[in-house]
Amino acid sequence: MAVVKLFGAWLSPYCYRVIWALKLKGIAYEYIEEDLSNKSPLLLQYNPIHKKIPVLLHDDKPICESTVILRYIDEIWPQNPLLPADPHERAVALFWIKFADDKSPLISKLFRTDGEEQQAVAKECFEMLEVLEEHALIGGKKFFGGDEINMVDIAFCSVAHWLGVIEDFAGLKIFEPHKFPRLNSWIQNFKSVPVIKDNLPDTDKMLALLKRRREMLLASKSS
Amino acid sequence: MAEEVVLLDFWPSPFGMRSRIALAEKGIKYEHKEEDLRNKSALLLQMNPVHKKIPVLIHNGKPVCESLIQVQYIDEVWHDKAPLLPSDPYQKATARFWADYVDKKIYEVGGRVWKTKGEKQATAKKELIETLKLLEKELGDKPYFGGESLGYVDVAFIPFYSWFYALEKCGNFSIEAECPKLIAWAKRCMQKESVAKSLPDQQKVYDFILEMKKHFGIE
Repeated sequence: MAVVKLFGAWLSPYCYRVIWALKLKGIAYEYIEEDLSNKSPLLLQYNPIHKKIPVLLHDDKPICESTVILRYIDEIWPQNPLLPADPHERAVALFWIKFADDKSPLISKLFRTDGEEQQAVAKECFEMLEVLEEHALIGGKKFFGGDEINMVDIAFCSVAHWLGVIEDFAGLKIFEPHKFPRLNSWIQNFKSVPVIKDNLPDTDKMLALLKRRREMLLASKSS
Repeated sequence: MAEEVVLLDFWPSPFGMRSRIALAEKGIKYEHKEEDLRNKSALLLQMNPVHKKIPVLIHNGKPVCESLIQVQYIDEVWHDKAPLLPSDPYQKATARFWADYVDKKIYEVGGRVWKTKGEKQATAKKELIETLKLLEKELGDKPYFGGESLGYVDVAFIPFYSWFYALEKCGNFSIEAECPKLIAWAKRCMQKESVAKSLPDQQKVYDFILEMKKHFGIE
């Protein structure tokens, strides 16, 4: 039987994307936590180009980049499909997944910057949310995937969970429910899905780690 | 049913070139509409309201945005001719990984080569050569990234070849000297009608870059 292994880091939204996809498909896997400040020789061997997590190992074959991994998982295990079957609908889904991929780094940039730079990033985040509210969730759908979550919902996990935690940490208020009613409904619905709810990093643990990391960042900037 | 295919495009765009090549490989008849990016058409703004960018593929009135998504869409819909993606899921994943790598690196690093000078440009040139060498390594001894025939990664990457002459002139360096196998691959791709017809003349691209530099006040 083929062995599935996942190299990840508990704080990374990209890692959770893969965990959720595997769980939605009912695939057993071995999880290996990577210390990103001290990457294992195995990780560097399996992802020599980017040296990043997540990396999926299927039958000893490595697959890198979370979106590439998600598409691979969806093709190898077709139960509970994560993308529409219709080519045009699939193209639209892929468009939003690319949008999520392009914009998600803004959210982690929020905690790595301060002052004017942070304000500029916050503005970009706000504009991203406006686009989602105006263009992505039209039609009164519960999820991007319709009645069930799909790859697009999974791709926007940073907006659903990480943004809120980083806002709390940095004392920012970019996402306000009354300004983004559709997005707000989507976030509540998404985080109520059992597979998501049961597999999210603990908020307090995240805040504690973010605080430590930020202190280190600011200390290295001023030295 | 009569298929109606329209491509909203801009002639020097490497992203537009990708879709041109894919459509040509499949032998699809389409209407090519050249956009003036300083005066975008109502159709473009309607079909790509989020980014307002080209290329946009419009198939029977429905838009597909983002060049690599267009290439995948074209490959799926017109699947009976010239397949671009492999059927094996692992090989497909490998192709997607490398196309994503080209997307992340070439345009941004290449842009810095013609937009900057001095140390910044030297850094950009070095990064570009490193990136190209990695791609050359991935190509190995295969005639194409896709193996024996033109594939997804070839289509994603070859458009940037039309910019090489301009980058070499701006940066005063030779890509062929550093990556001879890659240039051999590029010339092999250019032997194909679908590629040759889709890429603009390199001198024309260089003239375009010079105009852009003037416009942005870059010497």
